[in-house]
Amino acid sequence: MSSYKIAVLGDKDSVLGFKALGLDVFPADTVEEARRTLHDLAKENYAVVYLTEQYAARMEAEVARYKDALTPAIILIPGKEGSLGIGMANVKSAVERAVGADIL
Amino acid sequence: MPAINVNPTRMELTRLKGRLKTAVRGHKLLKDKRDELMKQFLDVVRENRALRKKVEDGLMQAYGSFTVASAIMSSEMLEQSLLYPKQSVELDMTFQNVMSVNVPVYHFRTRSEDPGEVYPYGFATTSGELDDAVDNMASVFQDMLKLAEIEKTSQLLAEEIEKTRRRVNALEYVKIPQMEEAIQYISMKLDENERSATIRLMKVKDMLLQEAIEERQEANARAVEAFGGHPDPDIPV
Repeated sequence: MSSYKIAVLGDKDSVLGFKALGLDVFPADTVEEARRTLHDLAKENYAVVYLTEQYAARMEAEVARYKDALTPAIILIPGKEGSLGIGMANVKSAVERAVGADIL
Repeated sequence: MPAINVNPTRMELTRLKGRLKTAVRGHKLLKDKRDELMKQFLDVVRENRALRKKVEDGLMQAYGSFTVASAIMSSEMLEQSLLYPKQSVELDMTFQNVMSVNVPVYHFRTRSEDPGEVYPYGFATTSGELDDAVDNMASVFQDMLKLAEIEKTSQLLAEEIEKTRRRVNALEYVKIPQMEEAIQYISMKLDENERSATIRLMKVKDMLLQEAIEERQEANARAVEAFGGHPDPDIPV
């Protein structure tokens, strides 16, 4: 059993609140910055990375890259502007991938 | 001709029969694995959907209360209050084996057990709305961690199911029919060889008989000649 860390990655306003909980917060101003931070986090000891959907929408390739890896688990959360429905769509696509059709 | 090139020999036939047996057994096992994985996956995915909805709603509420707090306090003040967290979270990860897929199980530890410890600021200079906002965030965090676990599990299971499904289909629709065809081809070829060997023997026997008859006739003719006189047409040879 080893200990890991939890990161929150997103725009400044959305991630600020997580700081109070003691999570490691990484505000990113641009998608490019978020992309770089994500790769850095993956190399480090982070087991869970919460990423806002607003950024995830523009860095799909990076998110997909870690989908089949055990760590980090990249979990999409809605940003301050509201949910884009990407998180739900990903659940749907996992079903489609496994079953071949969306049966739920 | 079978799709794969095989030597029509008895040894090859035995080998192929063994492989077919293994393939059929493997196919059955993989099919069982796929079915069980699917069962587990559907449970996980249902939970995943419900939990995601809950987390998204909870987060929106928390964001809302943060917006209210930031409307009341200046943004510098807000940032300053949250800058140095009192609480810290550590994550322990163990693995659970679901049908030979390793899925993560998270246990998180907060540095202090007291739930009142989440406020990293003094109450004198901050508004009550910020307390609510932090509270909301803390309550949704439990679910967020659970969501991380379940979502990763469902992703990993989905990948494994996809792989297993491909294997099952490859065995069922390509490998096994191919081998069956090859086995049929070889056994037909071997039967054919056997028949042709029999025919050849029969032919040879016929030829030998024919030769023997001819020899006998010649010998008879010579004997008649040796006794002088023409062969009596009334006496059969």
